[in-house]
Amino acid sequence: MPNIDENKEGIKGMANPTRYGIERFAYLLMRLSGLGLLVYFVVHIYETSMILQGKVGWDEFLEITQTTEGHIILALVIGMSVFHTVNGIRVMLGHGGIGVGKPARPDYPYPAQSQNAKHKISIYSAIVLAAIAMMYGIGVMFGD
Amino acid sequence: MAAESLQISNEESGTIVSSTKTITLRIARSNPKKNTEQKFDEFKIPYQKWTTVLDAILEVKKHLDHSVAVRYSCRQASCGSCGMKINGRPALACFTKITELNSDVVTVEPMNNFPIIRDLVVGFERMFSNHKKIKPYIINEESEINPGTKEFLQTPEDVEKYIQFSNCIKCGLCNSACPTMATDSSFVGPQALAQAYRYVADNRDKGKDERLKIIDDSHGIFRCHFAGSCSQVCPKGVDPAMGIQLLRGYLLGFRD
Amino acid sequence: MRESIIMKIHYGTAVAAVALVAVHILFRFTLGFAESLEYENVIANYQFLPYAGMLEIILILISIHGFNGLRVVLLELKQGSQYEKSVNYGCLGAMALVILYGSRTIFMTNMGMM
Repeated sequence: MPNIDENKEGIKGMANPTRYGIERFAYLLMRLSGLGLLVYFVVHIYETSMILQGKVGWDEFLEITQTTEGHIILALVIGMSVFHTVNGIRVMLGHGGIGVGKPARPDYPYPAQSQNAKHKISIYSAIVLAAIAMMYGIGVMFGD
Repeated sequence: MAAESLQISNEESGTIVSSTKTITLRIARSNPKKNTEQKFDEFKIPYQKWTTVLDAILEVKKHLDHSVAVRYSCRQASCGSCGMKINGRPALACFTKITELNSDVVTVEPMNNFPIIRDLVVGFERMFSNHKKIKPYIINEESEINPGTKEFLQTPEDVEKYIQFSNCIKCGLCNSACPTMATDSSFVGPQALAQAYRYVADNRDKGKDERLKIIDDSHGIFRCHFAGSCSQVCPKGVDPAMGIQLLRGYLLGFRD
Repeated sequence: MRESIIMKIHYGTAVAAVALVAVHILFRFTLGFAESLEYENVIANYQFLPYAGMLEIILILISIHGFNGLRVVLLELKQGSQYEKSVNYGCLGAMALVILYGSRTIFMTNMGMM
């Protein structure tokens, strides 16, 4: 049943990345990685406070986190951090009006200048760099 | 008539029935004044390579079900009346050919993020009120209408700075595609923001500070995250995302 | 506070945090990942004043950036003056709590109060 008040697409529509190209996918990933990193940050602040319980407390905490599952979560955090950082720089520059094109009389079929190759390449680069960083992180964590 | 496929009879049809190709046109039907249940009616419509989605809907209205509510006027992407969701994406029905959809089924629904009036017709009150909010006119005390003042001169380069944004036909497709508008009822929206830039970029205008103040609130320009969906659906090449980022550049100190 | 000022802070904290977090991560590689997490090495890190200071700055920067990001997401999800007020103050409160809790760890470990 549509919400007749405004017929808003809602969270489902906002989070649907399939209709508007890679930029919309980047928007969703940016949001999800941001929320994921905030959760990790709060957990990290809590887990590091275990140091106050002395060596026994700290070692007990390490036993929980230095596991395969712990390393996989950390690898995801690395990926999220790299994507959020690289894409964040792209978005920040874009927000300042840098790299979004120059206004001009549009010609049919009206390709949007703000959705240019520079931005698309930056988004793909952010994804690739995140994947590389994750693999490197996995190598380091599981290599030890 | 729910989910019932109807054929146009040869006697009643116009010129397009000579086509052997047909599509199934699914039209979302709802009337909030009576009930809020949305249902889809299906119609088999013959088409040619030049048939637009609006042509197909009007064929339904003419021959199969004249109660289908649709708003249209110019049929040439100038009036901005026939915006709707076509196969899940906001588009102008008069500017979308059946052939370019590459689908045997064409589903038309009312645009999201606008209140439904009936079937495919949505209300533009909020969009127009946001548009008015950003003062979409030249603000200049030395107005041409005052006696003794001269006309404002502009070079072609001055015009290039804003002419793209003045192509806006207020069809609402950008607001319908915007991910922020999907959840935020208070967001001013890409249409109004792009128009704010149109006037700020106009060298005859002196209302930059006034407009920047209006859009610098908790549901203003900073609720845009540069997803660019607005620019992807704009049928006139306005590129609202570009205008919004250029406008935000003033607020962030990247531009004077 | 005007939204443009809040967002300038949001971007500023992001850039600063990226630089400092990079240093924080590099410290994990100085001795090897697992070894750098051993109790004695972690304590040594905390008791090295410039590093502890850097951790405190990272804590503040990421808390501001993260909770403002959460505020933005929540403001876009639902509207209403009561809700928006709760989100604004809730995020500010959560940010202050995390900073206080994290600072307690940094301060006490740095001072050897374990």
